[in-house]
Amino acid sequence: MSSTDLAVQEQQGPARARHVANDFSIQVATVNGSGSQTANLVLLRSILLMGVPVSGKNMFPSNIAGLPTWYTIRASKRGYNARKKEVDFLVAMNHETAKEDVLTLEPGAAVVYDEPLKLNALRNDLVFYPVPFDKLVAPVCPDAKLRRLVRNMIYDGVLAKLLGIDLALMQQALARQLGRKAKAVTLNAAALKAGWDYAEAKLPKQDPFSLEPMNETAGKILIEGNAAAAIGCMMAGVTVVAWYPITPSSSLCESLISYMKKYRIDKETGKATFAIVQAEDEIAALGMVIGASWAGARSMTATAGPGISLMSEFTGLAYYAEVPAVIFDVQRVGPSTGLPTRTAQGDLLKAAFLSHGDTKHIMIIPSSVEECYTMAQEAFDLAEQFQTPVFVMMDLDLGMNNWMSDGFTYPDKPINRGKLLTSETLKKIGEWGRYKDVDGDGIPYRTIPGDGMPASFTRGSGHNAKGQYSERPDDYVNNMDRLARKFETARKFVPKPEVENVAGAKVGFIGYGSSHWAITESRDQLREETDFKTSYFRLRAYPLTEALATFIDAHDRLYVIEQNRDAQLLQLMKLDLTPERVKKLRSILHYNGLPMDARSITDDLLAQEGYEVARKTTRIVEAGSSGMTGGE
Amino acid sequence: MAIKTNRIGLEVSPYRGSKTTLCAGCGHNAISERIVDAFFEMGVEPSHVIKLSGIGCSSKSPAYFLGGSHGFNAVHGRMPSVGTGAMLANQKLIAIGISGDGDTGAIGIGQFAHLMRRNLPIIYIIEDNGCYGLTKGQFSPTADVGSKLKNGVVNDLQPIDTCALAIELGATFVARSFSGDKKQLLALLKAALSHRGTVMLDVISPCVTFNDHEGSTKSYSYVKDHDDPLEEVSFVPYFEDIDVDYEPGSTQEVTMHDGSKLYLKKLEENYDATDKIGALRRLHETARRGEFATGLIYIEPDRDDFLTQLNVVDEPLATLPLERVRPPKAALDEIMESLR
Repeated sequence: MSSTDLAVQEQQGPARARHVANDFSIQVATVNGSGSQTANLVLLRSILLMGVPVSGKNMFPSNIAGLPTWYTIRASKRGYNARKKEVDFLVAMNHETAKEDVLTLEPGAAVVYDEPLKLNALRNDLVFYPVPFDKLVAPVCPDAKLRRLVRNMIYDGVLAKLLGIDLALMQQALARQLGRKAKAVTLNAAALKAGWDYAEAKLPKQDPFSLEPMNETAGKILIEGNAAAAIGCMMAGVTVVAWYPITPSSSLCESLISYMKKYRIDKETGKATFAIVQAEDEIAALGMVIGASWAGARSMTATAGPGISLMSEFTGLAYYAEVPAVIFDVQRVGPSTGLPTRTAQGDLLKAAFLSHGDTKHIMIIPSSVEECYTMAQEAFDLAEQFQTPVFVMMDLDLGMNNWMSDGFTYPDKPINRGKLLTSETLKKIGEWGRYKDVDGDGIPYRTIPGDGMPASFTRGSGHNAKGQYSERPDDYVNNMDRLARKFETARKFVPKPEVENVAGAKVGFIGYGSSHWAITESRDQLREETDFKTSYFRLRAYPLTEALATFIDAHDRLYVIEQNRDAQLLQLMKLDLTPERVKKLRSILHYNGLPMDARSITDDLLAQEGYEVARKTTRIVEAGSSGMTGGE
Repeated sequence: MAIKTNRIGLEVSPYRGSKTTLCAGCGHNAISERIVDAFFEMGVEPSHVIKLSGIGCSSKSPAYFLGGSHGFNAVHGRMPSVGTGAMLANQKLIAIGISGDGDTGAIGIGQFAHLMRRNLPIIYIIEDNGCYGLTKGQFSPTADVGSKLKNGVVNDLQPIDTCALAIELGATFVARSFSGDKKQLLALLKAALSHRGTVMLDVISPCVTFNDHEGSTKSYSYVKDHDDPLEEVSFVPYFEDIDVDYEPGSTQEVTMHDGSKLYLKKLEENYDATDKIGALRRLHETARRGEFATGLIYIEPDRDDFLTQLNVVDEPLATLPLERVRPPKAALDEIMESLR
């Protein structure tokens, strides 16, 4: 195929703006296990180095090699981090999904594809750039075994030329990505150059998308939420970690292991100031955390929904026996096989009341990688302050995707270890009882083995204020009421919501977690496209606080935005709110496994508000089939 | 007359616990008494001991000894993980875990297996009566084939031999005893306190209420008649200056982690408690005869325990000061720079 019959479609060209700078999304469709992640991260980092706000999301299968994977990079001059519903620039490397990937594009999108696929025959309203990857990779990579990996770097070179990324800058990003592996850098740099040269010689620019240098990323970092949380745990002084591998939480503990090995080895002795154990299952993981916390360590585990289910019994014990525990729940779609690698916010209700008997738990809910870092630290303080399990409710989108962020700030406070009994306190309070409410806040004083303070016997439900075994009805009731009082105290200490009241707005959004970014963008869309004003309440913790009622009272209709089917936060809110307030609540729900996007919220809101919404063609990927059937 | 104190100057009272609520004559009470004796005689500081248990009659017993120690009655079958966490937090502690045959062999078999693999320093005792006492006498997984319940039901499932399992999985001190054998049990418990690593001690402890009848293979009379001691166990702690005289070849001498000595006087035939394969063979042989091999079955005194393998600092992790557990600002700066 010659370069002249490539991109130019004879029919009416796409009805798109002539020039779209720094505001589009690139989707790279590959097969998992093909080593495309390096190429994608190099592309991501190159855009960051240009000063253009950027984020990257990986939609991957529960598989090691051979199934389709889509990596989406979004450049956004306004700093939008959420998934963009439309793909503007497709890199079609996966033969199996290429046809579908092309058919679902919006008119005017551009496609770089593997030449033998002949995708240009499929549509006439797109811009096509065929690239003979195999022909280009052979000369730059003599070792045939490595070609499969190196050929991905060619699309980076092509994109650099087509989108206007400086080649030297991309090579800088490559060197950064590969670190000290000099041979790999040389090999991949040659592939980059080959792609660039090919595009320069053969692919005249036909699409409107381009990248132009900005100055919006100075000092910014690119990080996944799981790694951010791991850094937070390390700074919180975690000493005992027990975990069981489960997607999407594994990388939290794995990042933690690598950071701890680097920064928490005692210089003099070469010994570790921590213990990290891969447990036999999630039950044992939480058991170890409870044992460690009971003996005075700062201890945590990380898991996902199925692990949370297994931790149910131990969570109840920790609640009743009043033992701290920090549990990261990196939420994902439901049980067993299918969509464990897709994102969701589906564990909220379960975590709030996990276990048997009357239990309720503190949850803290980060929205950003920065909050993953700060809230990890807060979680340890809250768990020790309240002597109870604390859940940090993350999700796959936040935990495993690449987010741009300001650098993290070094903690300026000492850690809060809560009410550990000291001899001074003992002198002051006279007689110590493990479950005695000395201060009226529901929080007792605790002692830990080996601290020289009085010992006690820790049990589940049957104990009196002194910590002695008791099955007396009044002892049980008194204890349960004190636990409820403790939960009330927690309302004042959990992270406060972030509230933005907009003058004249009758409608308020209530959202949490990773939905935040789509909500923010949707509010801009509503204001700019429809002149529709919204206020916003971003929940950051459970138990709920007075501020929620105040926010509801200030608006006519409230839309609770969640990534689950059953409106789980809304259900939780119903327990605390008066019927008048509940009546004002509505739901916007998104639960197809993909990260939430702004357009879905905007369309849903407007439809519920009675506007006519021109529903755009739903991408096949959105419908959830996406060619991901079979092949297990 | 002066009240008797031990080598750290304590009377026996802090080693005792609250009054037992188990049935009169329960084997578990005898085990609790031996624990009191062993910890008192070894001069263990009670405030450095943690006693842990799961759920069941056995698991109630930590309340009946060492009242001056911290205790944790965990959930059914999950005591090993709680004990593991506690020892990770503070390796200066001495952990004793009490489980039962159901708590270990059924619901807790997974955690039991992985505890044995890790060689965590803990004394893990199974108070083994072959039945679920607290739920009124159902069979447990250690019930022997042919053993009969009070209501006449006969067990026809293979029993789990917790000692064989423990040896197979990597425990470094594996013994079996009988709640009625005061001398052997006391010697084993004292030796256990000198071992650094997992001690797995299966103590046949008849249930007088649900499993002490004719036809049961875990009744007092059956166990007395079928107890097959491997050796005569005597223990000399490192702090006692006692010379033991024995005929060459008659006794196996084992030096414990803390320098204490364990003397295993051979009975009947040559038995070597450091021979893993021999130990397993012996367990199978006695089981085939319908007998219980008691005494020290297997010992490996020198293998690194879990905490040594993890290479943790010598001080308890639980109480390290903030400056040792929060890296300096330069560390965070370095991490941030690597992400730009």
